[in-house]
Amino acid sequence: MELRLSKVGHSYAGREVLRGIDLEVPQGQIVCIVGPSGCGKSTLLRMMGGLEVPAQGDVLQVGYPPEGCLNPLTFIFQDFALLPWRSVAGNVSLVLEDHPIGRAERREMVADVLARTRLTEFADALPRQLSGGMKQRVAIARALVVRPAVMLMDEPLSALDSQTRELLMDDLVNLWIRQPFTAVYVTHNLAEAVRLGHRIFVLSRRPGELREVIQLDKPLAERGYGDAELEVQQKHLWDLMRAEAAAADAELVGG
Amino acid sequence: MRSLLVDKLAQKVAFRGGGFTFQSRRWVGFLVFVVLLLLAEWGTRSGVISPLTLPRPTDVFQTFVELYSSGLLFQHLIPSLLRLLVGAALGASLGIAVGLLIGLFSFVRAGLLPLVAAIFPIPKIALLPLFVIWFGIDEGSKYALIAFGTFTPTVVATFAAVDNVDRTLIRMGQSFGLSWVSIVRKIVLPGAMPGILAGLRISLAIAIILLVAAEMLGAEFGIGAYILEAGSLYDLERLFAGVVILSVLGVLVSAVIGAVERRLLDWRT
Repeated sequence: MELRLSKVGHSYAGREVLRGIDLEVPQGQIVCIVGPSGCGKSTLLRMMGGLEVPAQGDVLQVGYPPEGCLNPLTFIFQDFALLPWRSVAGNVSLVLEDHPIGRAERREMVADVLARTRLTEFADALPRQLSGGMKQRVAIARALVVRPAVMLMDEPLSALDSQTRELLMDDLVNLWIRQPFTAVYVTHNLAEAVRLGHRIFVLSRRPGELREVIQLDKPLAERGYGDAELEVQQKHLWDLMRAEAAAADAELVGG
Repeated sequence: MRSLLVDKLAQKVAFRGGGFTFQSRRWVGFLVFVVLLLLAEWGTRSGVISPLTLPRPTDVFQTFVELYSSGLLFQHLIPSLLRLLVGAALGASLGIAVGLLIGLFSFVRAGLLPLVAAIFPIPKIALLPLFVIWFGIDEGSKYALIAFGTFTPTVVATFAAVDNVDRTLIRMGQSFGLSWVSIVRKIVLPGAMPGILAGLRISLAIAIILLVAAEMLGAEFGIGAYILEAGSLYDLERLFAGVVILSVLGVLVSAVIGAVERRLLDWRT
């Protein structure tokens, strides 16, 4: 299943935040969307997941989700969005409880996904006992358990410190290598974009328009921390965005 | 390598970060009670406090013991507890239900919120004559008064608690395709539980106040009737014995809610 956006535009209370966005999310690839703050990239992601309706244009899903998929468009949120009153296993099992799955099978699915995200020994822990990185791993496990067709990640690593971020990036890369998934990854962190993206869409400041599309052909497995080739790409991205980011920063918030 | 200069000028940085943190000091509350009682006992014995202003604590205690041994204690306490239980249970459960509806549906909110605001400030005791006509002179009017009194604060606490539930969690539930019922039962209700229980603390204290008021206005038995009778005879020992029972009742209710909180809200730190 693929996602296709055609001429998507949106405004909040008369302020245009997005204009004429055309993009495609091909199957089995990670698409990154970068842009200065306030450019509407998170809005764009919420539209892709059906949490918001674009004022102009269409968000289309092309083809059908694969068999066994319980929630085709699945989010991973910046602030994790874990229920604090449920254990790690309980948070994962929450999203299965509305589906006609037997108790035993559900427990098996939860155990399997916790093993894949290396959380098995924390199954009974409460979110408040976990570090930020652990919480996001739980959120990733919760997203994986519904076998999504497209994962929609909204700045998933932005609330974490830089070391945890590196570790989780490795985790995501390993998960993708073992079983390639389709994902849209919204971030303002260019290092994350060049590490994880097969394709990077650069948005301008508000109203967000597509500035450039960058294709990265180096396989994910070969990209690493401090990769010289990626540094060049990152610098190119920064050169593209620098003026935009500075201008966006100087704007009055909501003014 | 340490220079002489540094050694001479070195001073410990003074600590100034104390206070303003909460520490558990269970015994202090108990101590305050004991000191106050001892003061009263000493004052009444030495004559500093005249027996007309304050009864001697030991006399109050003795009255209480007599009340217990004569069997009158339970004759008064059981009907009171029953009224409190039935009235508060009715009012709190209805209040939570209506509060949830107000919190969840904008139509209900628009329709009922002004009504709740209108009945909140009414002193419910003023309505007792009306309740007597509506629900009868017996238990019915007392249940109604207590239920009505606990209802409004519970409604307000509940819908405020629902409003305070983290919207990102609800958004998360929707993004995973959870049903409306699941979102309410597994996300909204547990998320609102801290606020609901905090509201119940207030509602149940109000329930005890109304219980006494209802019993003062027409009951043969009950703590309120007991206190009223003692008051009209200016029997301070019995009056205070009744008041102590009410205080203990309040402390017990608060302890029960505390236990429920520890059980239901163990996920908070």
